[in-house]
Amino acid sequence: MKNNNGYYGQWGGAFIPEVLYETFQELKQAYTSVRNDESFWQEYVELMATYSCRPTPLTHAENLSRHFNGARIFIKREDLNHTGAHKANNVMGQGLLVKKMGKKRVIAETGAGQHGVATATMAAKFGFECTIYMGEEDVMRQRPNVFWMEKLGAKVVSVTSGSKTLKDAINEAFRDWVTRMDDTHYVLGTVCGPHPFPEMVAWFQSIIGLEARQQILERFGADPARVYACVGGGSNAMGIFQGFLERENVELVGVEAGGKGLASGQHAARLATNDASPGVAQGYKTMFLQNDDGQMLDTHSVAAGLDYVGVSPILTDLWEKGRVRFAGATDDEVMAALDLTMKKEGIIPALESAHAFVQAFKEAGELNRDQAVIINMSGRGDKDIFTIAHAFNDPSWQQFIIEKGAEYATR
Amino acid sequence: MQLVDDIGIRAEKDKDILLMTHIVLGYPSFAVNREVISQMVENGVDLIEMQIPFSEPMADGPMIVKANQDAIDNNVTVADCLEFAAEITVRHDIPFLFMTYYNIIFKYGEEKFLRRAQELKIKGLIVPDISPEEGKAFFALAEKYQIAVIMIFAPTSTAERMKELASYGNGFIYCVARKGVTGRATSFDEEFNSYLERCRRSTRRPLAVGFGISSKKDVDYLTGKADIAVIGTRTIKLVDAEGAAAVGPFIRGLRE
Ligand SMILES: Cc1ncc(COP(=O)(O)O)c(C=O)c1O
Repeated sequence: MKNNNGYYGQWGGAFIPEVLYETFQELKQAYTSVRNDESFWQEYVELMATYSCRPTPLTHAENLSRHFNGARIFIKREDLNHTGAHKANNVMGQGLLVKKMGKKRVIAETGAGQHGVATATMAAKFGFECTIYMGEEDVMRQRPNVFWMEKLGAKVVSVTSGSKTLKDAINEAFRDWVTRMDDTHYVLGTVCGPHPFPEMVAWFQSIIGLEARQQILERFGADPARVYACVGGGSNAMGIFQGFLERENVELVGVEAGGKGLASGQHAARLATNDASPGVAQGYKTMFLQNDDGQMLDTHSVAAGLDYVGVSPILTDLWEKGRVRFAGATDDEVMAALDLTMKKEGIIPALESAHAFVQAFKEAGELNRDQAVIINMSGRGDKDIFTIAHAFNDPSWQQFIIEKGAEYATR
Repeated sequence: MQLVDDIGIRAEKDKDILLMTHIVLGYPSFAVNREVISQMVENGVDLIEMQIPFSEPMADGPMIVKANQDAIDNNVTVADCLEFAAEITVRHDIPFLFMTYYNIIFKYGEEKFLRRAQELKIKGLIVPDISPEEGKAFFALAEKYQIAVIMIFAPTSTAERMKELASYGNGFIYCVARKGVTGRATSFDEEFNSYLERCRRSTRRPLAVGFGISSKKDVDYLTGKADIAVIGTRTIKLVDAEGAAAVGPFIRGLRE
C-alpha cells in the first residue's frame, strides 16, 4: 500500500509512547528488509501452501445465485484457511518476521478469538511463548476459541477495563509490550494501529486478493462487478480489495456492524453512518466512534470481531476518496443471511463474514447473470456455535447445555 | 512567568529535590481533588500534574486506568476539568500542568486548547502519545502560547534520540524510570543510574523522574541525581485507602 510515512491521505501515523520508539525503528527496519526480499514472499507462500490451505478456493454459489436471480455469486473461502479464518495469513507472515528478528515471545489482542487462535497456533509451530489479550465480554461469547488457545499453549488474559472488548484488548497488549519489548513482538491482528502495522498486515493479507483476481478471471473470464467484505479493523477487506483496487470497474463494498440498526446508536459502523469523527487513539488517526470530548463510545455487534470503535486508516482514506463504499448489516439480517447460506450452500460463515453476505444478498438482484460478485468469507462459523444457537433459540442445543451443566455441577 | 523560571526559583529555596504529584481530575470527585491539592500544596509540593481523563489511557497501569474510567463514568467532561483548573490555579501559587492523551487535545482543537490552557495559567503539558514525528506543529504552537510541552525520555531512548527529543518542548524533561506502565515498583540499580547519567548528558533542562516513586527512600535515592521526583499512583492509592487527609503527612514525610 502506497503511503507517506505511514499516512494514507490524512489518516494513519504512529502515535506511540517514547518507550516504544526504538522497538518501532527495529520493526520498520525488519519489515522493510523482508518487503524488499522476493525470497521472503516465496517462503511465505510456500508456508501457506503446505501448513495452511492456500490458495483457498473460490466457490461458485450456484443455489444462492439462482435464489436471488441476479449476479453470479462467488465466495472466497478464507474459512478453509488453517485455523478457520483469514487471520492466519497475517499471523504466519508476522511469525516469519519474528523468527528473523530473533524474538522469543509473541502477544496479541483478539476479539472473535480467530486472531488469538491463529497466533497461538503460530507460536506453537515456531516455538514462541504466547499471551493473548481478550476482552471479558468476548471471552464469554467466543468461549470455544478461548479453549483452543489455551490448549495450543497460550495464556489467555481476560481484559476487564473499559468496554471489555477489542479496543481494550489492544490497550492491554500495548501495556504488555511497553513492559517487555526486548524479547516480545506484538502481533497486531488487523490493518490498524501505528505504522507500520496497517501497511504490513495489508501486505500479508494481499494474498487473498491476488488469488481471488486470478481465480475469478479463470472461472468467470472477467472482473466481478462488486466485491463485498466485512470490516472490523479491515484486514480481510483490505486483503481482497487489493486484488481489485486498480480495476476501476470493480466496485468495492465494505460492510460494517449495523448492530441493532444504524440509527440505534448501538452499532459499530464508523464509515456507514455519520456517527464517527476524526480522532487519534490506539496509536493511529482515523474515524472513531467517540463523543465530543474524544472519549470512545461503547459499540455493539453480535460479531465480536466487528465490535470496534476505529477502522483502518487505509480504508478511511479509500472511503474519503470514494473508492470504497460502506454499508451496515444488522444483527438480525446477519442471522437470516447465515441461515440462508447454510441451507442453500452447506456453508457456515462466521458471524463477522455473514455481514458481507447480507449486503451482497441485498444487491445481487440489481445485477444480471452476466455479472459476478465476490463475497469474501473471512472465516467459518464454528466458533459462533453458542451465539448462533442462542439466536435461533435452538431447543435441542439448550437441552444439551442444561444436561452438560448438570453433569459438571455434580462433580 | 514560564515553567523553567518557576522551577529555577523553587530549586533555589534550598530544596534538595522538587516534588511533582499527579492527580486524575474528577476522581474520585472534584471535591476530593480540591482537598488533595490543598494538602499537597500546604505540605510543600512544587508542581502538580492534573490528568484530564481519557477512555484509552494506554501508558497507564490498572490504578490510573480505573481512575480515568470511573471519572468518565461519573460524567466528568473536559469542560469540567478546565473549569476546575481555572479555580485551582488562582487559589494556589505553584505551577500546574495538564497531563492527558493526544485525542483529548485533538478533539478540542489544538490551538483552542492551548489558548484556553494559557488563559487558565497552566504552565505545561504532558502528552505521552505524541512524539516529535507527529507533534512538530503542535509543539511549535505550544511555544506560541507559552505552554511548556514536557518531552519524555525512556530507558530505551539512545543518547542520540534524547538529544533530538530535547530539541523540542520546554520546561523540564520527564524521565520515565523504567519500562512498563504507571503504578508498578521501580528498582533503582546500576542500569537506572547509567540511564539517568545518559539523560543528564543529553540535555541542560531539569530532569524529573517518575514511574514507581512511592516512598521517602525513593525520593532520597533520587536526591542529587534528579531535579524533580514525581509521585503518581501512590497518592491516588493513599486517597482511596485513607482519604484526602492522609496526603499531607505523607507528602511532608517524603522530604523530612
Ligand atoms: C472471521 C473474521 N472476520 C472478520 C474479522 C474482522 O477483522 P478484519 O476487519 O480485520 O478482517 C474477524 C476478527 O476477529 C474475524 O475473526
